[in-house]
Amino acid sequence: MFSRAHVPARHRLSIRIWQNFAAKQIRVFWDGMPFYVDEEAWNKMKRGRSKCQHFTPSEGRKKRHRSVPPAHVQTGSSASQRPTEETWGSLPHHVVLHIFQHLSLVDRARASSVCRRWNEVFHIPELWRRFEFELNQPATSYLRSTHPDLIQQIIKRHAQHLQYVSFKVDSCTESAEAACNILSQLVNCTIKTLGLISTARPSFMDVSQSHFVSALTVVFVNSKSLSSIKIDDTPVDDPSLKVLVANNSDTLKLLKMSSCPHVSPAGILCVADQCHGLRELALNYHLLSDELLLALSSEKHVHLEHLRIDVVSENPGQTQFHAIKKSSWDALIHHSPQVSIVMYFFLYEEEFEPFFCEETPVTHLYFGRAVSKDMLGRIGMNCPRLVELVVCANGLEPLDEELIRIAERCTSLTAIGLGECEVTCSGFMEFVKMCGGRLSQLSIMEEVLIPDNTYSIEQIHSEVSKHLGRIWFPDMMPTW
Amino acid sequence: MVVNSVHWFRKGLRLHDNPALQEALNGADTVRCVYILDPWFAGSANVGINRWRFLLESLEDLDTSLRKLNSRLFVVRGQPADVFPRLFKEWNVTRLTFEYDSEPYGKERDAAIIKMAQEYGVETLVRNTHTLYSPDRIIEMNNHSPPLTFKRFQAIVNRLELPRKPLPTITQEQMARCRTRILDNHDERYGVPSLEELGFKTFKGDSSHVWKGGETEALERLNKHLDRKAWVANFERPRINAQSLFASPTGLSPYLRFGCLSCRVFYYNLRDLYMKLRRHSSPPLSLFGQLLWREFFYTAATNNPNFDRMEGNPICVQIPWDHNPEALAKWAEGRTGFPWIDAIMTQLRQEGWIHHLARHAVACFLTRGDLWISWESGMKVFEELLLDADWSVNAGSWMWLSCSAFFQQFFHCYCPVGFGRRTDPSGDYIRRYIPKLKDYPNRYIYEPWNAPESVQKEANCIVGVDYPKPMINHAESSRLNIERMKQVYQQLSHYRGLSELKEVLLHKSW
Repeated sequence: MFSRAHVPARHRLSIRIWQNFAAKQIRVFWDGMPFYVDEEAWNKMKRGRSKCQHFTPSEGRKKRHRSVPPAHVQTGSSASQRPTEETWGSLPHHVVLHIFQHLSLVDRARASSVCRRWNEVFHIPELWRRFEFELNQPATSYLRSTHPDLIQQIIKRHAQHLQYVSFKVDSCTESAEAACNILSQLVNCTIKTLGLISTARPSFMDVSQSHFVSALTVVFVNSKSLSSIKIDDTPVDDPSLKVLVANNSDTLKLLKMSSCPHVSPAGILCVADQCHGLRELALNYHLLSDELLLALSSEKHVHLEHLRIDVVSENPGQTQFHAIKKSSWDALIHHSPQVSIVMYFFLYEEEFEPFFCEETPVTHLYFGRAVSKDMLGRIGMNCPRLVELVVCANGLEPLDEELIRIAERCTSLTAIGLGECEVTCSGFMEFVKMCGGRLSQLSIMEEVLIPDNTYSIEQIHSEVSKHLGRIWFPDMMPTW
Repeated sequence: MVVNSVHWFRKGLRLHDNPALQEALNGADTVRCVYILDPWFAGSANVGINRWRFLLESLEDLDTSLRKLNSRLFVVRGQPADVFPRLFKEWNVTRLTFEYDSEPYGKERDAAIIKMAQEYGVETLVRNTHTLYSPDRIIEMNNHSPPLTFKRFQAIVNRLELPRKPLPTITQEQMARCRTRILDNHDERYGVPSLEELGFKTFKGDSSHVWKGGETEALERLNKHLDRKAWVANFERPRINAQSLFASPTGLSPYLRFGCLSCRVFYYNLRDLYMKLRRHSSPPLSLFGQLLWREFFYTAATNNPNFDRMEGNPICVQIPWDHNPEALAKWAEGRTGFPWIDAIMTQLRQEGWIHHLARHAVACFLTRGDLWISWESGMKVFEELLLDADWSVNAGSWMWLSCSAFFQQFFHCYCPVGFGRRTDPSGDYIRRYIPKLKDYPNRYIYEPWNAPESVQKEANCIVGVDYPKPMINHAESSRLNIERMKQVYQQLSHYRGLSELKEVLLHKSW
């Protein structure tokens, strides 16, 4: 089937329709680019054929003016009328909308200049609920940027439609500043989700704090229904959090603010105290306090689902880490028994002292640097809820004992990753046998396993595979 | 009919196990071995002095060996497309032979030459000897696509027959049957160029180079390599120790890359030694680890002309790397302020070879570990400096190490302080390549910025003055970068992570 849509000469395009009955989708080629139409929508469109025109190249302009009522779907009764013509320009709005939702922004933008009808659809609010602003400078990034004209259009016509917004910026301060400028202009909006994401260096930190804070406050004050906020690595401060809380305490569910150095424990405590619907929180260890855990466990507060804590060192000995009381952890678990507690450690070996001395309800542990044998021993003793463990590096002494203890006592462990460590093959086998099929993720670097009298490397592969009930092999690195 | 053969050396710079050369000699009246080199191009190509020196030494070695057989090597200046028509006419060539090049650029160039040869009535014979197996065969056996995990690759290789046995070297008799007419001005016209001719400045007595090019050297090293293995009688992959970081007199990777050593000769020597020592039991695939990694990357690259870049490369994850020429220069020139990284990059620049774990360390530091700079930049630096960097292997390794392809886990980040310290606690490697730091005690040599002022003064090397300060904060950078990687992978369609760390421990696809 080959038909030419009614378009002005300079936008002439050819549409080839190819129906694939095997898939439940119709693939349509538009201007050489393929996109998919849901079969149901396609059939609806075909049923409405009697109301549409079929337009062949030989026919003149007159024919296209035959009237077609908009957005009306033909039901079975006029099936006897076998229509012979269709026109793309008079597809019902909802069908065009459906097709547009499958197109990329660029393709949609092109399609919008085909005819007035399609242009109207392009500006339907549904298509502007989600938007990701990409702000990059050629000197600092290989990626393209959202076109400034499009940004202007969005601010003028669609600010009030935006609900799920994110900003991706590169390492250039200009990009972060541009993001702040856009934020400042989102006045009449009901944003639900806001994400500020630096794809390389955290350039939001280079923006002047007052500029950033005032831009962010615009959204906090005007949206009044913010539910998810991701502002890691930004200069957000306590006063801005107060504003957030004052306007969105009923709706806030998720707050990710790792590495926000201008926030104090009091600032985050204010959030926990007032936003009783908060279910997910990500922050740095220095903001964690007994009061915070208790606030999150208060009767009025919903069950906490996800707590992520980043523990980052500046230089050895320069950061003192405070301890959290066991009673505070206990209160949290009592209130939210299913909560995931995720801790990312980026410390020097000597800085681990205050951690895991008592039972700690952590579920996911990531050690981004070396962690000592002792510490792994402590984890085996004191982390009964542990589900996942990742160790980037340890040292040159085998971790057999520690691993076996973890297998024994961390009965919920389902995933483990080991980088620069050493484990004898026998020790490893015992670990695997004890964990058995519950290990869904076993990511061990090849160099970790030390062959011994009982097992060689080859034997380990097959033995472990047997115990896990699936093919397993260690992670490899090129030795060229 | 008179048969005038020309054998075209590109890689495969050897006389042993060279079926293409044998074909050139087979029933020929005259034979000439050529190497085509464009001195003008030498200046602009991204090839450092060590690589040129290695190549020229290999060519000298070939020339010497051919002299013993009453022939010579003809080094023709120019580009193949211009040179061949001239030679075809001048020498009345009827047969052209060369070793198969599986790389996409090589295939294109060769197709053009073969077509041109046809027009001149020249018969072309090509033989595949740079790799153990035929990449096309492996691709065919893997449902017509190259295996993208090493395990899968190994599984397929396991099902193949053994590689073809290597041929012996060219003999006097073979050569005697053909003649090579050597003109008096051969050295002038066709001699092996010097480094100066290629535009490099060398210094008198600058013979500090560690890796000597050529087939003779390669075969000697092979013997030593096997002797050492036999002595150790342990064919497991040796665990890295301080000594491994230094250039080994039995290292073979540059010779394999240039073809001074046939990979099949290496393969069969290893195999025979193993079977002798282990009473005829079949060797495991892991014995040939080095060779198989090389094969893996050649196979992955052969049908992908965009293999060496991110954009337009179907197997490469699109990662928003940072564009930072200043940071890249610091890394490339060994001025990062991290002695472990700087020592490795210094050894690379001075000698042209670094241990594979050292490569992992610097590659991780440049890309997903610390600087967040594109692997393409690192690949280009290696291409310039590393003797065994081949297009396929280099690009493939960089993609692997930056977690851009081949389903890699990105959680194991190498610490530029800790990894070095664990590998060489003595610090001798640092002291050798960064003499400024030689008086630092072991405690601080990997992190001199943490040494108290008194220690720095005593060592006569103040951080920030005599040696650079660390260019980044590793804890911060690695934290940021793991978040970046997670963001990228979260958007991929094959990603199925649910809980927090499942985002870090990627699901691998078989």
